[in-house]
Amino acid sequence: MALFALDAVTVAGAHRPRLDAVTLELPPEGVTVLQGASGSGKSTLLRLLNRLEAPDAGSVGYRGEDLAARDVLAHRREVGMVFQAPVLFPGTVADNLAVARPADEPAGLLARAGLDPAAFLGRDADTLSGGEAQRVCLARALATRPRVLLMDEPTSALDPEATLVIERLAGELADDGISIVLVTHDADQARRVGDRIITLREGRVVAP
Amino acid sequence: MSGDVGWWGLAASLIMVAAVAVLSWRARLRLERDLAIAVVRSLTQLLLVGAALKIIVDQDTWIGFSFLWVAAMVTFAAITVSRRAPQLPGVLPVAFTALVCSSVAGLGLLFALGVFPVEGRTVVPLAGMVVGNSLAAGVLAVRRLVEAVSERRADLEARLALGLPWPDASRPLVRSVLRLAIAPDIERIKALGIVVLPGAMTGLILAGVDPLDAVRVQLALMYVILGAAATTTSVVALLGTRRLFTADHRLRPIARDATLED
Repeated sequence: MALFALDAVTVAGAHRPRLDAVTLELPPEGVTVLQGASGSGKSTLLRLLNRLEAPDAGSVGYRGEDLAARDVLAHRREVGMVFQAPVLFPGTVADNLAVARPADEPAGLLARAGLDPAAFLGRDADTLSGGEAQRVCLARALATRPRVLLMDEPTSALDPEATLVIERLAGELADDGISIVLVTHDADQARRVGDRIITLREGRVVAP
Repeated sequence: MSGDVGWWGLAASLIMVAAVAVLSWRARLRLERDLAIAVVRSLTQLLLVGAALKIIVDQDTWIGFSFLWVAAMVTFAAITVSRRAPQLPGVLPVAFTALVCSSVAGLGLLFALGVFPVEGRTVVPLAGMVVGNSLAAGVLAVRRLVEAVSERRADLEARLALGLPWPDASRPLVRSVLRLAIAPDIERIKALGIVVLPGAMTGLILAGVDPLDAVRVQLALMYVILGAAATTTSVVALLGTRRLFTADHRLRPIARDATLED
C-alpha cells in the first residue's frame, strides 16, 4: 500500500496553482526524493503530507486512510518534519527536545542524530553551528517516534561536510524503517540519497 | 473661574499656530495646508463635541444618551483598530470585543467603587479617557501581533509540526505580544509627575480644584486606564491569536504589509 496517495490535488497560488491536479503515490520504504526548481511546488507538496497546508481540491491518502479525516495532531507526531533553515526554540538543546514531549530519552535521540549527548544536552541553542542545529532539529523530530520523516531542503543552509552528515543520517533512518520524504533542488543530492526520485515542474509531476 | 478661556483667548492661542505656519512657509516645509486643515478640523470637531456635551451634561437629559455616546465611541475605536491590521482575519469583531471588555471593566470599576457618580457630567468624559487609551493599546497590540506572526512563522510551524495544538504552539507569541504592548503603559506611569503632568489633573488644577484632590482623581484614573489598556491588549492578543489558526491547527497565511507602516 502506498505511504501517501495524492489524487488530483490542487493548491491555489497567487498567480498560478502551486500544485496543479497532482496524482501521485509515494512508496512506504526507503528515501523518496521530491526534486525540482524553486516554485515547482515540491515544498507545498511536502507540507500537505503533515497538514501544514490543506489542498484546495483533490484528496491526500495516508496508508489507505483519508488524511483529512485523521486526527491532525496525532498525524503530525507520526509524520515528523525537518525544515529548510534549522528552527531552534530559545533555551538549551534539552529544552528543545522537551518541547516535542519526547517518547524516548533525550540522550538516545541526540545519539541517533550523531551528536554526543554529554556535550550537547546542556548547550544553549544559540551557540550551535548550522549543521549541529539541523541535527538537533532532526533529534527533536525523532522525539515523537515518527514512522515518516519529511525533510524540506534540509541541507540548503549547510556546508558540504554537514550536508553529507545529514544525507548519511537520512539513509540510516530509512534503514531503520522510517520512511523518508526529502525535498531538494539539487539533482546530485537527489541521486545520492534517493531510492526513488519524483521531479516536479511548475506544480506538476514530470513523467519519469 | 480662573480657567476661563473666552473666545478672544482662543483666538489669541491661534497666534502660536500662525507662527508655525509662517515658519513652515519661510522654511518651505509645505506644512501650511496640513496645519490649516488640522486647526479647522480640531476647532469644528471639538466645538461640535462641546455643544453635544452641553446637552449630555444637562441634569435633565436622559442618562441613556451618555451611554449611547459611549457605544458610538467604542464602535468607532474598534473600526480604527481594525483598519490598522486589515490582514488579520476577523480583526473587527476581535477589536470590538476587546474594547467592550475594557470599557465595561474600566467604567464599571470607576462607577461601582464610587470613584465617580454616574451622571451626564462624568460618563462621556471618563469613557473618552478609557476608550481613547484602550484604542491606542488596541492599535499597538494588533500591529505587534501582525509583526510577531511574520517574524515567528517558522517557529510557529516548527511547533505545530511537532504535533503541538495551536494554543501551545502560540504561547511564546502571545507572551511577546503582551509584554511589548503593555510595557509602554507601565513606562508612562513610571514617568508620571516627572515628565508627564497628565491631562485630567492639569485640567482640574486649571479649573481651580485643589492640586491634591486633582492628583487623587488622576491616580485613580491612571490605574483604571492602565487596567483597561491591559485588558484590551490581552483580549486582542488572545482572540487575535485564535484567528491566526484554522480549526485543524494550520497557521493561516498573513500578508506582510509594507504599505501600512505609519
